[in-house]
Amino acid sequence: MAQARARLQHPAAWWLWGLGLATAASRTTNPAVLLLVIGVCVVVVDERRDPATPNPLPAFLVIGAVVVAFRLVMTAVLGNGIAGDTVVVTLPRIPLPDWAANVRLGGSVTLEALLYAAYDALRLAAILACLGAANALASPRRLLRYLPATLYDVGTAVVVGLTFAPQLLTDAREVRAARTLRGRDGRGLRETARLTVPVLETAFERSLGLAASMESRGYGRAVRSSDGSRRTATGLALAGLVGVLAGLYGLLDASAGGLLGLPVLLLGAVLAGASLLVGASRDGRSGHRRERWAWTETVTVAAGAVPAAVLVVASVQGWDGVVPSQRAELPALPLLAVVAVLVAAIPAWVTPHPREAAP
Amino acid sequence: MITFEHVSVQYAGAPAPSLHDVTLEIPEGELVLVVGPTGSGKSTLLRTVNGLVPHFSGGTLTGRVTVDGLDTAEHRPRDLATVVGLVEQNPTSTFVTDVVEDEVAYGMETMGLDPTTIRRRVEETLDLFGLTPLRGRSLRALSGGQQQRVAIAALFAAGPRVLVLDEPTSALDPVAAEEVLASLHRIVHDLGVTVVLAEHRLERVVHHADRVLLVDEGHVSELLDPADAMLRSQIYPPVVGLSRLVGWSPTPLSIRDARRKASSLREALGGATPATIADRRVIGPGASVVLDGVRVARGGRTVLDGVDLTVSRGSVTTLMGRNGAGKSTLLGAVAAQHRLSAGRVRLGAAATDPHATPARDRVRTVGLVPQQPEMLLYSDTVAGECAAADADFGAAPGTCRALLDRISGGIDADTHPRDLSEGQRLELALAVILSGSPEVLLLDEPTRGLDYGAKKRLGEVLAGLASTGTTVLLATHDVELAAEIADRVVILADGEVVTDGPAREVLSSSPAFAPQVTKVLLPQTWLTVAEVAGALARIA
Repeated sequence: MAQARARLQHPAAWWLWGLGLATAASRTTNPAVLLLVIGVCVVVVDERRDPATPNPLPAFLVIGAVVVAFRLVMTAVLGNGIAGDTVVVTLPRIPLPDWAANVRLGGSVTLEALLYAAYDALRLAAILACLGAANALASPRRLLRYLPATLYDVGTAVVVGLTFAPQLLTDAREVRAARTLRGRDGRGLRETARLTVPVLETAFERSLGLAASMESRGYGRAVRSSDGSRRTATGLALAGLVGVLAGLYGLLDASAGGLLGLPVLLLGAVLAGASLLVGASRDGRSGHRRERWAWTETVTVAAGAVPAAVLVVASVQGWDGVVPSQRAELPALPLLAVVAVLVAAIPAWVTPHPREAAP
Repeated sequence: MITFEHVSVQYAGAPAPSLHDVTLEIPEGELVLVVGPTGSGKSTLLRTVNGLVPHFSGGTLTGRVTVDGLDTAEHRPRDLATVVGLVEQNPTSTFVTDVVEDEVAYGMETMGLDPTTIRRRVEETLDLFGLTPLRGRSLRALSGGQQQRVAIAALFAAGPRVLVLDEPTSALDPVAAEEVLASLHRIVHDLGVTVVLAEHRLERVVHHADRVLLVDEGHVSELLDPADAMLRSQIYPPVVGLSRLVGWSPTPLSIRDARRKASSLREALGGATPATIADRRVIGPGASVVLDGVRVARGGRTVLDGVDLTVSRGSVTTLMGRNGAGKSTLLGAVAAQHRLSAGRVRLGAAATDPHATPARDRVRTVGLVPQQPEMLLYSDTVAGECAAADADFGAAPGTCRALLDRISGGIDADTHPRDLSEGQRLELALAVILSGSPEVLLLDEPTRGLDYGAKKRLGEVLAGLASTGTTVLLATHDVELAAEIADRVVILADGEVVTDGPAREVLSSSPAFAPQVTKVLLPQTWLTVAEVAGALARIA
């Protein structure tokens, strides 16, 4: 499709898309569907990533892989209470005293237990991939520009945190390298403990510098109100957010009871909306090239909502293959769910190209 | 525009006030240069202008600071943002967004300007600072000079009438520094912005200044004419040193003014030739650093490509080149901090391969003082740091402390290393590394934030080490330091060695890296004021 002009999509659209896809992933343990979700994330990020910001998706994928591997090892060693007859391998069983009779260490490892663990961990990996994709498609810093003035303090904290976390890793690497300059190889528990002080000190100094810079560049100056009323608004907004999160949790986690979820979600949304309205009326900030909400944004959100809706319905109605059995067989493939997940890949081609990175 | 009335600043727990009864008035449209040794209160003075001191830093401010009629006691820094912009020393730590254009727009957004105005001013500012080709680039992918220009542009775009800059060029190569200063020059001359600027590298800025403030231990002079100030100041650039030596009046501040007065000096120096390095110390025999076809890739990019380099034992070699030319990576490769993808490195008399030697033994062969010396420091007191260094390097207790006393002008043993000035921190890190008595000493950009006094001491220490057989290799942008101490200069560009030769030859023939004394006395190739003084003494 010919694009009139390269532009960045509204970050909220990408984040809603990512959350939709994550919702879909959270309702199934079918490995084919989950792998498809990860694939869709990779394809969309590959096509429409903002080239001016670093790509966090690979890191999220690596974390996902680690989660899966860790779950498999733990299941093999400790078991997970899934009974099965297909023994893959028998590890030497380590006898434990009576008081620990419920804990098993070693012993036979069954395929059923391994499959259960793998499917479950894969679900988490897929959710992580969705978050990573949203991060890569629209940097959280861009999303923060839309944060209402009410959440000024939270916004400062988040911006500082976003700088803090990745820099912490870089600093740790540098400090460890510097450690070798003093003849230490930087391995071992004691060495690691010695690294923490310089790493944290450097990171704190950097964060203070950023906060000072934001202060002297007028961040938050538009919020002119008494401390009391600002706190009320912030409290209202936080209560709303907690409500929305709790409600979402209730809706998504079937065991918590979907019935309670919906009213809590609605109440949270109303609270949050109210606080945002209060805050927005005092918001003196303006936008430079704020992203418009065009039809492609709507398509993007819809493309994320379709798999979410289909898989929520599927899991409630218990379609075949949505929660596959742990038997050593290929799980049934819920065709509609597969199509729904594929719909989420549409934005990779219909959305505008992001800005070009100059060479 | 800016007035100080009896302003004093005292930080909690500090023995003496950082600023002492400052009264002055800075008129509109002036470029004011703040000159003073490290730790003299320059940064504090700059931060009082937009209220970061004391609103953000803590401490007690007495007296009154007003900017454009606004009292900083009543207005927070964020409310003064429309009037004052503050550019910090290290621009990367102050970026709030990811992309050049967003960063330029950020300040105006928080001020609530309307989008059409923002759009117009973003375009104007990008043009004014020559950033239009970079507008979509990630801030982290820019070179140091570009980042500094973005930081200034981002503040300037918001339309402040005062810009305050803390050492805007100290981390930059000479060419990038010129770019930044040219941008500043333009906004002062064409747009009437008042600029207050602190900088250690006076040779870069003093000829741009309209007025100079001398700061010493919290005492601030009145606004001085730059030439008069340079007569009185304890720290001055080489061109002023030359003028003091020969007794030119009025004191020339730019190369051009000095050249006009220099013809008689050139005649007087006539046939004299500068002392050669061989007169100063013995170099060699043998090579201490041998690089053979070294290639290093970092983050999927080839940073060094086929570098061959041989450095004689007991010599001082400086690596120069643009920001990002691969200087730090080369030092890192020699110190086995970066893995080689091809080639080999051999060090010292025993031709040790640092990449195949465990860290514990490697420190005897090679020591590296990194760009941020604080990365080497872990303890909470200087004394503790020295004791830890003795233990790390297996040196006799007290070794590090003795080295530190020799290098530094006296550092209190109970100070926290992070509370030391930049120069003192470097001296401590150097003492730590020297505790391992390495054959090869590497220093990465050691003069950032160092005043002339600290730089002179560092030069003497390095020359002393070289004369006892230590091989010194340092990466620096500081041409004056290179002129003082280097035997040999290697210039890198795009990961390759482009020039390699005796310091005098390389420095005097390069337009970017020629020191001030050379520029004044060309075609004669004197490098430093001390050389000229020595030659004049011999003639007389």
